[in-house]
Amino acid sequence: MADLSTDRMTTWLLEAAADLEQAKAYLTELDAPIGDSDHGVNMARGFAAVRDKLTAAPPADVGTLLKTVAMTLISTVGGASGPLYGTFFLQAAGKAAGKTSLTLAEWTECFEAGLTGLMARGKAQPGEKTMVDALTPALAALKAAAGQPLEQALAAAAAAAEQGMKDTIPMLAHKGRASYLGERSIGHQDPGATSSHLLLRRLAEPAG
Amino acid sequence: MKKLINAPEAVVAEALEGMEAAHSSLIKVCRAPDFIMRADAPVAGKVALVSGGGSGHEPMHGGFVGRGMLDAACPGAVFTSPTPDQMFEASKAVNGGAGVLHIVKNYTGDVLNFEMAADLARAEGIAVESVVIDDDVAVEDSTWTAGRRGVGTTVLAEKICGGLAERKAPLTAVAEMCRRVNAQGRSMGMALSACTVPHVGKPSFDLADDEMEIGIGIHGEPGRHRVKLEKADRITEMLMEPVLADLPFKSGDPVLMFVNGMGATPAVELYIIYRKAAEIARKHGLKVVRNLVGSYITSLDMAGTSITLLKMDEEMLTCWDAPVLTPSLRWGA
Repeated sequence: MADLSTDRMTTWLLEAAADLEQAKAYLTELDAPIGDSDHGVNMARGFAAVRDKLTAAPPADVGTLLKTVAMTLISTVGGASGPLYGTFFLQAAGKAAGKTSLTLAEWTECFEAGLTGLMARGKAQPGEKTMVDALTPALAALKAAAGQPLEQALAAAAAAAEQGMKDTIPMLAHKGRASYLGERSIGHQDPGATSSHLLLRRLAEPAG
Repeated sequence: MKKLINAPEAVVAEALEGMEAAHSSLIKVCRAPDFIMRADAPVAGKVALVSGGGSGHEPMHGGFVGRGMLDAACPGAVFTSPTPDQMFEASKAVNGGAGVLHIVKNYTGDVLNFEMAADLARAEGIAVESVVIDDDVAVEDSTWTAGRRGVGTTVLAEKICGGLAERKAPLTAVAEMCRRVNAQGRSMGMALSACTVPHVGKPSFDLADDEMEIGIGIHGEPGRHRVKLEKADRITEMLMEPVLADLPFKSGDPVLMFVNGMGATPAVELYIIYRKAAEIARKHGLKVVRNLVGSYITSLDMAGTSITLLKMDEEMLTCWDAPVLTPSLRWGA
C-alpha cells in the first residue's frame, strides 16, 4: 500500500475512536493532577460521534473525510481540545480537497497545514507542554522521511510523537489550565500530547 | 461518590429539564445544541447578552437568564466549555437586531470555542462583540500562563451589562461597560475541600483535615498555595489583602462586595466571611455601597469561598439596581 487511501484513513479514525474509548480512564488520570479531568471523556465522546458519522455515511474522498471529522469534533468535544483538534483536521482537509488518496508528500502537507492552524488557534509554541509538543516532532519526522516508504515514515512520525509526549513530563506548562499550577505542573505527562500520540500510533499501526 | 444524580452522563441534560420545568415562565431550554434562552427572546432593538461555560458552576450562567441579565446561556459538559455551535445557535436565536455581546470567562477552552462561534455568527451578518473576564488575582504570573481566570466578576458583569442593555444602549456601549467592570473587579478564592466531578467519581485533589488551598479556580483545579487551615477571620484577610493590593483599591473608593460560596459552604459561614471582609474594607477606607452574599458561581460540591471587589461608578450603580428577573437573581421586577 503506497498511498493513504480514503479507506485506510477512515479505518484509522474508526480504530482511533476505539483506542480513545479504551484510553478514557488513562487520559482522565493524566488530566486530573494538572487539568480538570475531562480530556479522556471529551475525546472519547468526540471520536464516538466521528465513528457514528463515518459509519452512517462513509465519505468519498479524504478531504470530505477530514472535514467531517473536523466539524464533528468542533461540535462535540468542547474544552480546548475540540477547537484545537477541529482546527487541525479542518486545515488538513483544505489540502486534501477532492483527493481519494494521499501520497506521503501530500499527507505531510496536510499535517503541516493542520499543525500551523492548531498553533495559531491555540497561540501555542513547542515547549509549552501541549499537544504541539507531540505533533511538532511528528511533522519533522514526516519531512525527514520524504522519499522513504510510507509505512516507514508513519512509524517514524509515531515514534517522534511518543518521544515528544514523554518530553512533556519535565516541562512547565504555559498554556491551558495546567499553567495555573506553575511549578506543580512539572513531572506530569501532558494529556493532549498523549492523545496526539495515540492518534498517530494508530495511523502507523492499523489494527486491521 | 455520593451524589443526587441518576447517571453521570445524564447530569447536564436532566438538570436542564429540571430548570425548564421549574422556570418555564422565565426561560426556554433548547436542545441539540443546548442553550437556555429568555422566554421572550429575541427582544427587538436590545443588545443580546450570551454567556456560557462548563456546567457545575450553577446558578451561573443558566440561572441568570431572564429580563435584566442574560438573553442566553450555553452549558457545556461538567467543567468543559460549550461548543461553538451552541453559542452560534444561541446568538442567532436571541439577536434582536442590535447585536450580541459574548461574555467569556478566561479559560483556554471557553475562549477558543467562543472565538469560533463569533466567527460563525459574523459570517451570518450578526454583529458580535466579545469581552473576556479575567479577574482572578490568584494567578500571579499571567505572562507565562493562560492569564488570569474569569471568576466572581463575571456574575457582576452579567448583571450590570444586562441592566444597561435593557435600557437599549448600543452594542459598543454595553461591551465598553463589560470591559470597565472587568477592569475594576478583582477576586480571590479558597477551598476547604475539593469537588467531585460526576464522571470522575472521586475528589479532584486531596486535602488533609488541617489544610486548605488558597487561590483556587472554579474547576476543581488545585490552587497556588496549600497551607495550614486558619480561622475564618484570618482566611478573610488572606483573600482580601491580595484583592485590595491588586487594583489597587484606594481610600474613598465606592465598592460592591461579593462574598461567594463555592457550592458546599453554608450561608452562615459566608456571613462570617462577609462580616470580616466588610470590616477590612472599612478600615481600608472603602465605601461598600452594594453587596451580594451567596453561592452564585460555584464549583460543584467544593467547600470554600471567594471574595470579589468591584470599584463602582454612578452608571454601574444604576445598572446594578435596575430590575432583574431570572431564576437565581431577582429584584425590583
